[in-house]
Formats: sequence, structure tokens, C-alpha cells
Amino acid sequence: MDPRTSTARDLDPAPMAPIRAEHRPASAEDADTSPVDVHVTLDEVSVHYGPFTAVRDVSFDVHRNSITALIGPSGCGKSTLLRTLNRMNDLVPGATTSGSVTYNGEDIYAEEVDPVEVRRRIGMVFQKPNPFPKSIYDNVAFGPRLNGTKRGLDELVEHSLQRAALWDEVKDKLSQSGLSLSGGQQQRLCIARAIAVNPDVILMDEPCSALDPIATLRIEELMKDMASEYTIVIVTHNMQQAARVSDRTAFFTVDMDNERQDRTGVLVEIDQTDTIFTNATDPRTEGYITGRFG
Amino acid sequence: MSVDTPVRPDPEAGDRPSLTVTTPNARRRALISRIMSGALFLAVMAAVTPLAILLWQTLSNGWGPFSWEFLTTIEPLSYRETGGGYLHGIVGTLYMTGVAALISVPLGLAAAVYLTERPKGRYASIVRFFTDVMTGVPSVFVGLAVYALLVSGSGGLGLGFGTLAGAASLAIIMLPIVVRSSEEMLRLVPGDLKQAAYGLGARQWQATFKVTLPAAAPGLTTGVILAVARGAGETAPLILTALGAREVVLRLTGAPQADIGLLMLDGFRQPFEGGIERAWAGGFTLILITLGLSIIARMIARRSQI
Repeated sequence: MDPRTSTARDLDPAPMAPIRAEHRPASAEDADTSPVDVHVTLDEVSVHYGPFTAVRDVSFDVHRNSITALIGPSGCGKSTLLRTLNRMNDLVPGATTSGSVTYNGEDIYAEEVDPVEVRRRIGMVFQKPNPFPKSIYDNVAFGPRLNGTKRGLDELVEHSLQRAALWDEVKDKLSQSGLSLSGGQQQRLCIARAIAVNPDVILMDEPCSALDPIATLRIEELMKDMASEYTIVIVTHNMQQAARVSDRTAFFTVDMDNERQDRTGVLVEIDQTDTIFTNATDPRTEGYITGRFG
Repeated sequence: MSVDTPVRPDPEAGDRPSLTVTTPNARRRALISRIMSGALFLAVMAAVTPLAILLWQTLSNGWGPFSWEFLTTIEPLSYRETGGGYLHGIVGTLYMTGVAALISVPLGLAAAVYLTERPKGRYASIVRFFTDVMTGVPSVFVGLAVYALLVSGSGGLGLGFGTLAGAASLAIIMLPIVVRSSEEMLRLVPGDLKQAAYGLGARQWQATFKVTLPAAAPGLTTGVILAVARGAGETAPLILTALGAREVVLRLTGAPQADIGLLMLDGFRQPFEGGIERAWAGGFTLILITLGLSIIARMIARRSQI
């Protein structure tokens, strides 16, 4: 058995959710990762804000050590959905999540699961670079210090910054404020900060939307590089970005109910990125990707 | 027409009038603008004038009698005598303000954190209502309330006049200012930062103590210092709580305490040159204290990163 699946097997006494047809490797390049290693599973996930349904009945699998992109028009709930994956939606007053999200075979919404523990395993990088108004070192050390780590912080900070491809640029000014860096550097600092907590899934909510093209390129290269160690789920407005970086792409759209004046996000389809971009099953996906709407 | 000779509109011949031709009401609009600017300038001057007069009065009258001796000696027994100083009042004012800050700052910060972390919490509206009301309560009444609760032996704790009673009344004056200014400052901390902390697995108290409060620290310090400056300048609540003294008092309870404001009140009420001179110097000292605190507050506020 593939050694990478061992953690999932140990934690999961129940059988894995059945792998749907769309997950079966279609092309030759996927054959070596078979059988598909599912890291996170969403099953009939819906998110409500009070009476309003933001996302309805989303089910799909996130594969281990791959990049999954969530694309779709504004208001289709892709960011909302992303935030259900590490229970950040718990912090929004009035937000409720139904359905189940399974991480390594465990339901992260189970009663005995502490949302804080979920967020330590499933890290997050936000749309706007948001370093703390602290030094670069303290930014990276923030997460480990929350857990009481005191020894080995220097090595951890260095390793995290190296992993985020920022070390060479900041190694001589670790005591300077994180806010003194450029936007792209700040975002890589935020990635380093997330890595330092040692998660295995990293969620990225439009991580490049506030960055210039060169900084964007660096982050994209970094993401591709990180995918060997981490499972990455990225929300992006930029379809080219999804095409460039992701292994799989999920396309969401807005379901309009004119009678109730309701807009609800729904998953249209998810597949290998190549397939979504060249040979989508649903006409709505093709329409969005070719720019006919959205 | 060839592609490489762009058409240049001729300002004389074009169908649009030249830029030098203004619209018909332009002159009237410019005039109104000038009148309004002048009116606003006058309004600003009117607002600043009383402050300027006050500062000038205090400086011109207080500078003469103000001296090293004034800061380091106590008042002579008779108001007729010149010389001497307000050492006991300065000590009392700083002492009571310090104790009041020790009481009101932690309480006020805690209330402000509560109001920002649980803006719709069960007690949030009650806390907001009471801080608003407390800001408007006449300060002499605060003194009366503290007198009834702490000083008086019949119905109160019977602590008697003194430092603690005075500090308690000052703390009540300072508390709503600390709460309100701290709440504003904590609200300024970007939600992004809290989100980032939660995203890294912080618990609510960790996000508050390690991110929100440090990020707001310069602003919080400013608010606290301004509240302390306000407290240091109060006199009315001390009449019934500190009572006043004619010597340096270091006891927390059991002996009436002196205060610059109280000494000034006494000095001005006597028809003697020496007492009045010292009262002016006392006013000058108070302005130095509050002005100094305000300047420190502004300097810290400027270092704020949010």
C-alpha cells in the first residue's frame, strides 16, 4: 500500500467514501497516483447565513498533495465553502453549516472536535496579505508559540521561511516589522506563518488578488512546489491561475431563484483541470470559461 | 488623412469653447466659496480664542510665582505670607491620580475588550448605556456618591476622607473615558488580523491578548493617558472625598489628602496676595501636568501602526 495512505487508514476505522466516477484517473499521467488518495471529503455541505443559503449541497473530494482550485462567478459561495473546511465559518455570527466535512477520515464538525485543533491542521492564507504588526520572526513564530513551543523556534522560523521561498530576502532583517515588506513578500510571510503551525492542508482564499503579476507568479511557483508536501485548496477569480496551478478544478455557479429572490451557490462539476478547461461536461462550465457569462 | 498625422483640435475653430471661457455662474460660485472659507476660519478662531485666553492668563499670572521653591515646599500656615509652595498638593494629586489609574485602567480595558469581542453580548448595551451616562454625571455628584459609600460612617464603609476615597471618585470619572476611547481603538484593529490569528489556531483569549491588544497598544495608551490627564485636573469630586490637607500625606486612608485644585480653591477664596499668587502657580502646574500627559499621548499615538 502507498505509505502516504497509512495515516488516513489509521485514523479512519470506517471505509472511505466511495470514489465517484469522476475521480477515476482518466489520463495516463494520473495512473501512477492511483488509487486516488482522498484527504478531505465534503458531503452535502450547505452553508446558511440566517435564513439565506449561501452554498447548497456541495459534495466532492480533495486529493492529498494536489492543488484543487475553486472557480466561479462572484457570489457563488466558493470562499464561504473554503472557510467551512477549517471551521472559520464558525466565527461568523449566524452562520450554520450542514452536511459533513471529513478530514483524514474524521468529521471535523463532530461534537468532540475542537475547531481550534482543526485550524492547526488545516491552515489558511487570506486574500489580503495580513501580517501582524510584529517583527518578521514573531509573525512566523506566532502559531508555534500559541501551542507553547519555546525551544527550536529559530530553526522552525528559518525552515518555514525557506519553505515559503522568503528566507533569502529576509534572513538579515528578521527583527523588522512584517509590514515593512512588499505585498508579495507579505503574502509569502503569511504562507510561512501558516506553514509554521505544521498543517497538512492549506486553504488559500484568492491569495494573489492583491498582488502584481510578478509577485503572483512567485506565489504560484511556490504553490506548485508546496504541493509535494501539502494539500492545497485555492479559491481564485483568475481562471488562468486555476489552469496554471491546479490539478483539479471545481466550478461553482449561482443558482437564482427569482420567486424567492434567492441566490445560492452550487457546485456544477469538478474534474481534472485539463478536462474542465478543454472538455467540460456541463455547458455552464464551458460558457463561464470561454467568457460567455460570469 | 494619413495615420501618422493626428488631428489636433484648434481651440478657436472647434465646436467646444476654449477652456478660458467660464460658465455663467462661475463668478458667483467662486465668491460663495471665498465667503464660506472666511466664515469657517472665523469659527475656528472663535473656538480657539477661549483656550488661548485661558492659557495666556495662567501663564502670565502663574509664571512669576512658579519656582523650584513652589514645587519643593509646602504652603505657609497663613495665606498672607508669600513664598512657600504646593508640594503637598502636587504629591496628593499625583498620588490620587495614580491610584485612580490603577483602579480604572484595568477595569476600563476589560470592559472595552468585552464590548469589542461581544458587541451584541447580553451586557454590552447595559455597559454602553452606563458609560454614556457616567460621562455626563456632574463630577461633584460623583464626589457625593463616594462620600456616601466610602467616607461616611453612617451607611458607608466609614473609611473617612483621604487618598483612597479621592482616588475612587477620580477613578469613576476616568472609567467611562477609558472604556470609550479603548473601545474605539480596539475597533480600529483590522478584522483581518483576528482572522489570521484564528486561522493559525488561536483561541479567543490568545487572539485578544497576543494580537488585538498589542496592535491597539499605542492607541490604548493614548486614551489612558488622556483619561489620566482628565482625572488629574478634577477638583469637584475631591471636595467631599480628599477634603484637603496642609501637609504632605502618604497614607492611603485615615488622613485627608491635599490636591492642587483644592489648594487653588482655598487660595483664591482668600483676599491675600500670597495665597492668590500660589493659586496661579498651582494652575500653571496643573496645566503643565495635563499638557505634558497630552503631549506624551500624542507622541505615542503617532507611533501607532494601524
